[in-house]
Amino acid sequence: MNQHSPAAALTVSSVSHSYGDRKALDGVSLTVERGSFCGLLGLNGAGKSTLFSLITRLFDTAAGAIEVLGFDMRKSPGEALRRIGVVFQNRTVDPDLTVAQNMAYHAALHGISSRDGRRLAEEALARVNLADKARIRVRELSGGQVRRAEIARALIHRPQLLLLDEPTVGLDIGSRRDIAAQVRELVRRDGLGVLWATHLLEEVETGDEAVILHQGRVLASGQVGEIVAAQGAGSLTEAFTRLTSERPAAEARP
Amino acid sequence: MKQDAPAHGLAVASYGLAGYWRCLSGIVWREALRFIHQRARFLAALVRPLVWLFIFAAGFRSVLGVSIIPPYETYVLYEAYIAPGLVAMIQLFNGMQSSLSMVYDRETGNMRALLMSPFPRWFLLASKLIGGVAVSLLQVYAFLAIAWFWEIQPPIYGYIAVLPALILSGFMLGSLGLLLSSAFKQLENFAGVMNFIIFPMFFASSALYPLWRMRESSVLLHQICLYNPFTHATELIRFALYGQVNWTSLAVVAGCTVLFFGLAVLAYNPSRGVLARRANA
Repeated sequence: MNQHSPAAALTVSSVSHSYGDRKALDGVSLTVERGSFCGLLGLNGAGKSTLFSLITRLFDTAAGAIEVLGFDMRKSPGEALRRIGVVFQNRTVDPDLTVAQNMAYHAALHGISSRDGRRLAEEALARVNLADKARIRVRELSGGQVRRAEIARALIHRPQLLLLDEPTVGLDIGSRRDIAAQVRELVRRDGLGVLWATHLLEEVETGDEAVILHQGRVLASGQVGEIVAAQGAGSLTEAFTRLTSERPAAEARP
Repeated sequence: MKQDAPAHGLAVASYGLAGYWRCLSGIVWREALRFIHQRARFLAALVRPLVWLFIFAAGFRSVLGVSIIPPYETYVLYEAYIAPGLVAMIQLFNGMQSSLSMVYDRETGNMRALLMSPFPRWFLLASKLIGGVAVSLLQVYAFLAIAWFWEIQPPIYGYIAVLPALILSGFMLGSLGLLLSSAFKQLENFAGVMNFIIFPMFFASSALYPLWRMRESSVLLHQICLYNPFTHATELIRFALYGQVNWTSLAVVAGCTVLFFGLAVLAYNPSRGVLARRANA
């Protein structure tokens, strides 16, 4: 634990996890600095969801360590969790309740009083351009608006690390662009560290950080431009294909 | 942590006692809101015991005579006998339903969001339970109010005396649901288990017939009924409704609550629980 020199938003060190005898993660290490946007790239089944489950403490790491802003997830889970905001792949806002009611519930989960909660909710909704939708039932929002409400929900306690698990699944191209732009704005303006898991390679930009996860292992990490250059590839897609095809699927399990 | 106070919400988020209270009331408030929004659920919760009371009891009152057994001091109508059992049934259904909503919550991301709260996990589960118990109390008192007009009229003080019994039995049945919810991955599996849990528990208990009648038909069944925690929830409520305490039932219900809740917390524990062993939970 290091509170004086600025710790990284997220540090994952040599984390492994197995379901029975199937190894889902094998010695995964990665770092998300404050104020940086990091894409976690991998195909379905690469281990992204397992990694998210570990970082959000759905279950503990058997091997390795996870630190959030210098707080170890196993030793001080409360301190670590209060600094994380998460946008899950599945819906977490209640469709029968209004946006404001949902926000109030999630503020309460962080012990925020209802008055502060209202103020923080307004602030968070304004950041994702949903301020005028507070009194509307979630059921009546569009798909893109629901996603933005999810992001506002994740931001209500002002976390310093924001995790997004395939946040653009099922959205049209316009909404996808809006959401990516808003999250990048959070990185730039508020210095949030962002870990954005996706299998859509076009969602990361050349200047971003990226981690390529394949069959539970990190194959490459660093700035997108560097990853591409290291592979002698012309694009990230080419680099990704080259990296992941070097390890045949046969290796995974019989 | 003054250094980062301006940058994020730690300045307003409280993780002390006040925070615990806000978290608890937030969870209970959401459960109540959801319940109010789901009118069909409220109606179903009310109609189910009323059907038993209006139709089943009317049909069986001539067949089943109830002798004078404690806590009753006179002969009672069959309707009056099964009313406490129906109250317990409301709570049984509610306990199972709120755990059903746990499974539903897990299929959406709600459960994940709940468990992301920095408060200890046992506290989050307990808060969820308290929310469920509060909803069951609404259902029970609505039922008792209607039953009053059906001449099920325990003494007025019984309505107050029964409250602690209801809270305890609600906790026991809710904890049981919570424990079961950890064992099922999908709603489909769970729906089947509802039938295997709710009906056997309800019928193999003292809810519909005094246990001495059961002994006349089968000694083994009588034993099973005696060890069924639902029997004791029913008896606890029955005695409390007449201002008395059934100490055996109180002990059994309290013991089962601790046991079921303890196991549920263990099941949801991040290191030892079942969640970690399940692929892509």
